[in-house]
Order: sequence, then C-alpha cells, then structure tokens
Amino acid sequence: MDFDHDTLVAFSKSWGLFYLMGFFICVIIYAFWPSNRKRFTRAKTSILSGEDKPWR
Amino acid sequence: MVAKLTTSERQSAAVILLLVALAGIAMAAAGRNEAMGVHGLIVILFAGALLYPVLSAFYAPEPTEDRQASYYDEPIKVGIALAMGWAIFGMFMGVWVAAQLAWPNLHFDGAWSTFGRLRPTHTTGVIFGFGGNALIATSFHVVQRTSRARLAGQVSPWFVLFGYNLFCVLAVTGYILGVTQSKEYAEPEWYADLWLVVVWVTYFLLYIATIARRKEPHIYVANWYFMAFILVVAILHIVNNLALPISWGSAKSYTIWPGVQDAMVQWWYGHNAVAFFLTAGFLGMLYYYLPIRAGRPIFSYRLSILSFWGITFFYMWAGSHHLHYTALPHWVQTLGMTFSVMLLVPSWASAGNALLTLNGAWHQVRDDATLRFMMAAAVFYGISTFEGSFLAIRPVNALSHYTDWTVGHVHAGALGWVALISFGSIYTLVPALWKRERMYSPALIEWHFWLAIAGTLVYIFAMWNSGILQGLMWRTYTEEGTLAYSFLDSLVAMYPYYIARTIGGAMFLLGTAIGCCNIWMTIRLVPATVPEEADLPVKDAVVAGE
Repeated sequence: MDFDHDTLVAFSKSWGLFYLMGFFICVIIYAFWPSNRKRFTRAKTSILSGEDKPWR
Repeated sequence: MVAKLTTSERQSAAVILLLVALAGIAMAAAGRNEAMGVHGLIVILFAGALLYPVLSAFYAPEPTEDRQASYYDEPIKVGIALAMGWAIFGMFMGVWVAAQLAWPNLHFDGAWSTFGRLRPTHTTGVIFGFGGNALIATSFHVVQRTSRARLAGQVSPWFVLFGYNLFCVLAVTGYILGVTQSKEYAEPEWYADLWLVVVWVTYFLLYIATIARRKEPHIYVANWYFMAFILVVAILHIVNNLALPISWGSAKSYTIWPGVQDAMVQWWYGHNAVAFFLTAGFLGMLYYYLPIRAGRPIFSYRLSILSFWGITFFYMWAGSHHLHYTALPHWVQTLGMTFSVMLLVPSWASAGNALLTLNGAWHQVRDDATLRFMMAAAVFYGISTFEGSFLAIRPVNALSHYTDWTVGHVHAGALGWVALISFGSIYTLVPALWKRERMYSPALIEWHFWLAIAGTLVYIFAMWNSGILQGLMWRTYTEEGTLAYSFLDSLVAMYPYYIARTIGGAMFLLGTAIGCCNIWMTIRLVPATVPEEADLPVKDAVVAGE
C-alpha cells in the first residue's frame, strides 16, 4: 500500500476527528463525574491554607 | 547559596561548571575570530563567574538543618531578580527599536545596532528573558507549595536557572554579532539550541520528580499548565531547530526542513510558543496567584480542567493560520483557521473563570493594585484571544497580515496579559518569599499599574490605527486597476503612530522600572514578618493580601 500525502489526509480527516471527539468526551466525563466533586472542591480550597512548610 | 549545599553537591556544581567552561574553550578554539569564538569566551566567563562563589565556599561547614523541612526558595528569589532585570533590558530594547522606526537615525550608523539585529534582542529579552525567568521562578514556587514538598534537587534548580540564562545571553549577544537562524522566536543558532535542550530536559525531570514526591495527593491544576508548558516547549524547540551546522567551528547552520514544510514547522512552533510559553505557563500563574491574592478559591475547578485540555489540544493545530494565502495546502490553512476560532471557547473559559473568581471581591480589586494587575490581565487575555481568533479567519487575515495590526495584537497579549499577570504574581510573591509584611509602597504599585495600563492602551490603539490604515492603503486600487498608493505613501502615513507607539512603550518601561525599585526597597527596608526559625506554635492562617 502506498503511504503518501493522500493517505495522511484521509487519516487526519477521519480518525483525526474521532479521536479528538473521543478525548473531549473523556475529559467531560472526568470533570463532571459526581464523585470527583469532593476532590475538586478540596483541591481548590487547599491552596489557601496559608501554611508555608512542606508536609512530612 | 553555596553554604546550603553538602560537599558532594558542591563537587557536582564545580564539575558541571568546569565542563561548561571546557565546552566554552572548545567553542573559542573552534570558532576562532568568528561569532562562535566570541560565544566561547562568553561561556568561559559565565562559568567562571559562577565557579568563583562555588569554590570560595567549597570548604565552608556543611548545612546542619533538615533541608526537607523547608521549601527551596533561593533559586526562586534569584529567578525573580533575573526576570525583572531582563524586563528592563528587553523593554528598553523595544522602546529603542520602536523609536528607530520613527527616527531611523537612532541606529547611529552601527551595523550591530540596525533594526534587524536589535529587534530580536527585544523579543528574546522580553519573551525568554523576562517571561522565561518569571515562569521558571513561579513554577518552582507553585510546584512546591501545591505539592507540599521541597524541590527534588539541590543543584539542578540552579542548573536550570543559570543554564537557561546562559542560553538567553548567547541568544542576545549572537543577534548583535549577526548570528541568527532567521526563524522568528527561534533565532539562536545550533549550539545554543543544543544547550537549551539539555537545560530544558533537566527542568522537565526536576518538575516531574518534585510532583512524584508530593505529599498532597491531588495535583493542583496550575501544575498541569506548567507541565504542559515545559513538555510542549521541549518538543517544539527540538523539532523546529533540527539543523545541520556547516562545520563544527561555524555558527551557521541549515535547517533539515525543506521549503513549505519548513514554513509549516516554524509556525507550528511559533504559534505554539505563544500557546505554551506565553499562555499555558502564565495560566498556571493565574490559577495559583489569583486565588491566593483574592483569598478565595477559583470559581470552577471543573471549568479549569476543561479549558486546560481544550487549550492543549486545540492550540496544536492552529499554527497554519500564520500561512494563509501561501504555498501551504489550502486544507491545512482551513484546519488552522477552524481550530483558531474554536480556541476562543477554552480561552474565554479561563478568562471568565478568573473574573468570576473575583465576583464578590470587587472591593479588593478596587483597593489592591496587585489583584487589579491580575484582573486586568484576565481582561486583556479575553480581549486578545478574541482578536487572535478573529485575525486567524482567512479574509480578515488578508487585511491584517504583514501590517502593524499583528504587532498590536501581539502586544495586547504580551503587555496586557503576560506582563500584567507576571507583575501581579511577582508582587504577591515577593513579600511571601522574602518574608516581608508587605510591599514597600502600595502607591508605587498603583503608579506601575496605571503606567502599564496607559502604555498598553496607547500602544495597541496606535497599532490598530496604523495596521488597518496600512492594510487598506495596500489594497486600494485606482479606476485603471493600479495600486493607488506606493509603499512609501503608506510608510509616511505611519509616522504619527510610530511616535505614539514609542511613547506607549516608554510608559510601560517606566512602570517596570518603578516596580524594580519597589521590589528592591521591599527587600531592603520592609521589616520581616516573623524572626526566621522562631519557635512559635502554628497560628491560624492569615490570608495574604490585606
């Protein structure tokens, strides 16, 4: 099989779209997964704790 | 600095510096009287200047305290100082080249001082010198605080910081000597590029190793932005700079990419430099220092994750919008245009997230110029990403490309977004790092803020006017079908705008100089918050900023 410019174009016009959409859906699911909410809330407030020493 | 290192760490520092000096000697020998020989000498001097403090403290007593009990802040402090130094240099060069466009005699008949050689010293000085040092310093700060762990190396942070600055020095001195690859934002030649690869891979490994030893299980979103910045810049830099030198003793090289592919690789690099150097890393700053300064968490953590992956995946495809109406295949241009327009969604998600974080804290924005720096940065980020998506549309690009509109757009992003978020972060960081109660003078921060805003607005309005005027003059035809204006006509019409641009840039430079004074006075004169290593019980957290 010839692997030329047209092959790459065909690939990027078909699978290129699908993997980007697939990835987009995965990110949406991760961001909105209900049990992740607690983790995100903790993450965004934990930086405000004000302590300035590494944890041991 | 050196006294805080163990003997074996001092040995490795000395060995590294000796190897760098040896490489400098080899460059000086191979390059002889050419530019590369001069660079060899600069490398030797740079290594020697750093070797002196290492050797003079070589037999000093070893540190006794438990270093893992504190964060590693010394490289951050030096990084902030270097960033502000490069800001003054880079912005001064910018004002100078802007003035040259209005008054060409300002190159004083030197070959080294012509516009073509000085202009990259401005872009490299502000992007890589100021922006890069600010990114390295803040990333070291953010990764330690959000991981609750000390940096994973003692010598490597210094290697990254000084190695990176050696690259910047080689770049800037090279332009003045006439050394350039002629690729925008990738002008330094092959040996400087190879050195940057070594430095940057070390930076990446150091960052990953620090994340790996984190005590906080969740990796805060700012770290994702910093990691994307480090990783993608490594990839971009290596691919775009694949080149073969004409000999080992020459600064001249030729890229391995032919013709239109070279153009595509260059602008894939160039636009992603905007995306990952000038955006992702600075969004990392925004997502950490804005909540810290405002004392309230980011509006939506979910949105920050969505916009992170949106920016990462969309930006990769947008570079071809720099090559509209060229020999590049039409579908590639369309692809770049489409992704550029889609980019507006994650960009505005970030800008909106930042502004909504401040919703309910507008009194703080009114009273605190440091927070206002970050608020204005988010606004300019929103404006310039909208403008960028708009300019990437092919018919709009037909009017704007090669005109000053592009220059205005870049500066709306660089001054309004990158510089303002950096200053806001630095004003938050300096009192915390040096353990001072506050900045020396809030009034000077106000002066800096308003000079920066006024300078940016003068600059971009001048460039909008001149850019659109240029674009229109270049496409106006007479009834006979010939061009109505010569190039010279359009040049004469630019004169007042070039003067206005110089004034705007000078105002911005003045603000930066005031910022430097304020930081210096803070370190020198403002009393420390608590005596260092005081044996006090842990008090309830006080949020910085009030």
